[in-house]
Amino acid sequence: MNAVEPAAGAGPIETDVVIIGAGPCGLFAVFELGLLDLKCHVVDILGKPGGQCSELYPEKPIYDVPALPIVTGQELTDRLLEQIKPFNPVFHFGERIDALAREPDGRFIMTTDDAKQFRAKVVVIAAGGGSFTPKRPPLDGIEAYEGTSVFYSVRRMEDFRGKDVLVVGGGDSALDWTLNLQPLARSLTLLHRRDDFRGAPHSVNEMRRLVDEGKVRLMIGQMTGLDGDAGTLQTVTVKTAGGEEKIVIDAMLPFFGLTMKLGPIADWGINLNENLIPVDTEKFETSEKGIFAIGDINTYPGKLKLILSGFHEAALMAQAAQKIVYPDKKVVFQYTTSSSSLQKKLGVK
Amino acid sequence: MVKITFIQPDGTAQTVTAEEGLTVMEAAKMADVPGIDAECGGACACATCHVYVDAGWREKTGAPSDMEEDMLDFAFDVREESRLCCQIKVTAALDGLVLRVPAKQF
Repeated sequence: MNAVEPAAGAGPIETDVVIIGAGPCGLFAVFELGLLDLKCHVVDILGKPGGQCSELYPEKPIYDVPALPIVTGQELTDRLLEQIKPFNPVFHFGERIDALAREPDGRFIMTTDDAKQFRAKVVVIAAGGGSFTPKRPPLDGIEAYEGTSVFYSVRRMEDFRGKDVLVVGGGDSALDWTLNLQPLARSLTLLHRRDDFRGAPHSVNEMRRLVDEGKVRLMIGQMTGLDGDAGTLQTVTVKTAGGEEKIVIDAMLPFFGLTMKLGPIADWGINLNENLIPVDTEKFETSEKGIFAIGDINTYPGKLKLILSGFHEAALMAQAAQKIVYPDKKVVFQYTTSSSSLQKKLGVK
Repeated sequence: MVKITFIQPDGTAQTVTAEEGLTVMEAAKMADVPGIDAECGGACACATCHVYVDAGWREKTGAPSDMEEDMLDFAFDVREESRLCCQIKVTAALDGLVLRVPAKQF
């Protein structure tokens, strides 16, 4: 980890704690830290809170959360949000912390992919299985074309003007970009493995209309190979019911959903064990003082990837985090059932 | 117990015994069958437990549900015999089932 000079200008957002990940453990960490007067900002790559619970299985019942015999991923998320409301956490959705460095005074400065900066005394990594990132089609050599001819998102539509564009997939992303880029592109081909689309019905209808008008070419098939030169894609081989066909394109946009990757955390100088972060079981601190890891992303002897274990880890982590933020404060352990000061913080007194 | 054989792309076969009522994915995970990643843990939300059902067994395993078809859109090299094995329940009728693991999962 490199020490950096404090940023000039408008300056970063100052807070006690930055929590990376708004899954159940990240949300509950807001509660435990809040009880100890620590203010939190929460950053998540997804567009909404809940992490895997709301992204992967919002409707799936969970049966092992204490005192809730059955709760869905979405309900659990909603209840946690209600529980942490008194602490007014600030959420930053759709952003990923790309860089983290320690300043000379021991605080951390973090920068998101959107160039937003945070300065905090404590960092809590509650990133679960890592950050959700677009799935890369397992085609040989695809990495060489990423960012030049292969794009997993559209930053600037203008970049596709006058290009021969191939959109691959059958969900809303594929349909939306087919509809949005068709007017700009020289040609637009939509490739999907079956003639059945998961997207919103009006998008499907609109796409079918463009196909009927000859403005979009719809191909039913799957990619099997790529050919190009020096980072520039030239042809994509597509297997259809009628055999293999090579189509000539300038840009390819594959939309095959999301997977979880550790991402930039790997570059922050924290000791890792494969894709997990080893922590102690007293404070759940990483190899770097002031950086904690809770929930599915950490590992220690006996670790269980359970939501309830992550809650426990959040509580112990908060005690250690308080000592960093308020080193001189005498800590008196209190219960929410009887402590007037905790009840005041919770807004129930 | 029901016997299920997984054949890897290189031809290596591994036969696992599965308890009825489990999913085929769970049986594969317990036996550490390579290539069955099951990232989402069986929620039909990731398509990383994609298998090809051997000819002759497709009638017994049945066809994918609509939800599974949607999720198969996220798999690579999907064929008519493709299934997500988290969606196949182990039953006595499947004793001897042969599944092929794809060369590539996403």
